[in-house]
Amino acid sequence: MTKAMWSPGETQHEHQELRGFASFEDPAALSYVDSNGKPNFVLIQQTDEFRTLRRRLTTFIFPMTVLFLSSYLTFVLLSAYAKDLVSTKVIGVINLGILLGLGQFVVSILITLGYSRYAKRRLDPQRQLLAEKTGVEE
Amino acid sequence: MPTTGNPVLNLSVFAVFVLITLYIVYRASSRNVTASDYYAAGSSFTGAQNGVALSGDFLSAASFLGISGGIAAHGYDGFLYSVGWVVAWLVGLLLIAEGLRNTGRFTVGDVLAFRMRQRPVRAAAANATLVISFFYMIAQMAGAGGLIALLLNVSSKWGQALLIAVVGMVMVLYVLVGGMKGTTWVQIIKAVLLLLCVTLMSVFLLGKFGFSLSAIMQQATENNKLGEAVLDPGAKYGFSAMSKLDFVSLALSLVLGIASLPHVLMRFYTVPNASEARRSVVWATWTMVIFYLCTLVIGFGAMALVGTETIAAAPGGENSAAPLLAFRIGGAVLLGVVSAVAFATILAVVAGLTLAASASFAHDVYANVIKRGNAEPRKEIRVARLTAVVVGILSIIGGIAANGQNVAFLVSLALALAASANLSTILYTIFWRRFNTTGTLWSIYGGLGSCLTLIIFSPVMSGAKTSIFPDIDFAWFPLGNPGLVSIPFSFLCGFLGTVFSKQEPENAAKAAEMEVRAIAGLGTKS
Repeated sequence: MTKAMWSPGETQHEHQELRGFASFEDPAALSYVDSNGKPNFVLIQQTDEFRTLRRRLTTFIFPMTVLFLSSYLTFVLLSAYAKDLVSTKVIGVINLGILLGLGQFVVSILITLGYSRYAKRRLDPQRQLLAEKTGVEE
Repeated sequence: MPTTGNPVLNLSVFAVFVLITLYIVYRASSRNVTASDYYAAGSSFTGAQNGVALSGDFLSAASFLGISGGIAAHGYDGFLYSVGWVVAWLVGLLLIAEGLRNTGRFTVGDVLAFRMRQRPVRAAAANATLVISFFYMIAQMAGAGGLIALLLNVSSKWGQALLIAVVGMVMVLYVLVGGMKGTTWVQIIKAVLLLLCVTLMSVFLLGKFGFSLSAIMQQATENNKLGEAVLDPGAKYGFSAMSKLDFVSLALSLVLGIASLPHVLMRFYTVPNASEARRSVVWATWTMVIFYLCTLVIGFGAMALVGTETIAAAPGGENSAAPLLAFRIGGAVLLGVVSAVAFATILAVVAGLTLAASASFAHDVYANVIKRGNAEPRKEIRVARLTAVVVGILSIIGGIAANGQNVAFLVSLALALAASANLSTILYTIFWRRFNTTGTLWSIYGGLGSCLTLIIFSPVMSGAKTSIFPDIDFAWFPLGNPGLVSIPFSFLCGFLGTVFSKQEPENAAKAAEMEVRAIAGLGTKS
């Protein structure tokens, strides 16, 4: 690897002094950062806090991705292959297809707000917890 | 042919806009020195600002002119574009934004090469970025051509070509003077103007029809030769088995491609951290929902008040639906305003694209492939600026060549390319520990190569009346949009490339770092 390549090790130097104080209190925290101030990512990856965070993240984002993709593809496939059904007029000349399309807008807003809320309540505090335990910051 | 306002008035509104934004760009960028300033605006924008700028990247000529025109001409089939455009932000929000912000600095190459062998992966990432941005740029420039034709009543090809060249030069000026900070401000200003514009037009239209969308659509059917059938699917795509597949393929490219575009991905670096990146996507989603609800009203409004045939006969064709509607409801002044905003849109988006392409070449190819990571930062920026000029010239030539094509359709090809080359690779590299250099190269080149090949041998290029080369026929791939084949193919390539090769020892160590940074955001500050 070349020298000028950006490595996070270099970036941690500034933070080291700031953390010095806390490290005296809790020697265990030191083990997550090596003598050069580089975080030991393999150790961090194995902490329970990180595993919990990863589980919380993936159990939200992957099912939601499946959900919105299937809802979108349902709209697309019905438009392509069930013309008569989506052409059913519902309100005035507005047909079921247009409403299903607008329904995708609603789904998008709901998932966006849902994720935003979930991240604030379940992900960000867990990230904070992990940062405190390991003494590694952003 | 309908009169299209006063060319002098249109030009002056536009000139005023260019002068004001150039001044802002100039003010914003007086300290435009470090690489981080030039590529990522020093990561100094807030989530809200970047969110508006992000939507600005998408509220492009393709969206505003192409989609409202698509709805005005094809009704339901045009509406499909709007839906895909909105839903696509969820891919960005859930899967990409935060991980990308946490592991990269300036370009897509930063993320893809994070734990891989640097030179081949960066070269591949830069190739993909350049090809995608070039396709996208041609679409925007073609949109500019159509708009100019309409506004200034310039119908000669040479006159339009000259004006496209002027647009291209102003855009390069934005990038050279302003870097990322300047282009982001232009993007924010124009997104706000565009949103105001479409919202006011929609409210006015709805008011005129007693706040009933149904009433607008009812009258629209009377001005389309398909009658009520235009409200049903199939007006554009028809009902052969192939055209249905083409419709599905387009839909897939839309939803997966948008959040994979290099200039959109690069926007996530202009905010200080992952939670601001998340916030910016939330903002972008809201803006897009409002905007695309409005294009539905404007598209059917144009069909109702201007009529599909008048639109098709106007210089600029389908793309001129929104400006024509503006003239119909607000006279020459509103037409001037709408066109200035549309012009600004093209300028801002193309400036963003130029920046993405030049960053990718200077940062990935020049600094990391040619100089092996030992480039002097000042020289790297000089290379970036030089690339911006070259990209500008190429896009002017491309724009002149593609003048007259429907811009939303051209954009859909760029989206297919982005989804094929970038999406699979980014998802694998963030979420799959075993993924390695061979897998990365296979998925980038597999996706890019298959997508390009299928475009070349599709009816878009040859064999049909609407092709770029209508007189010869070398098409054997039946779909106009290759996404349905090339996107899964790139996922497959990435998978096979990985399982048939060994993981490099260095990759395994860096994989832990990448995962911790992407998911937890630890150790990411630069």
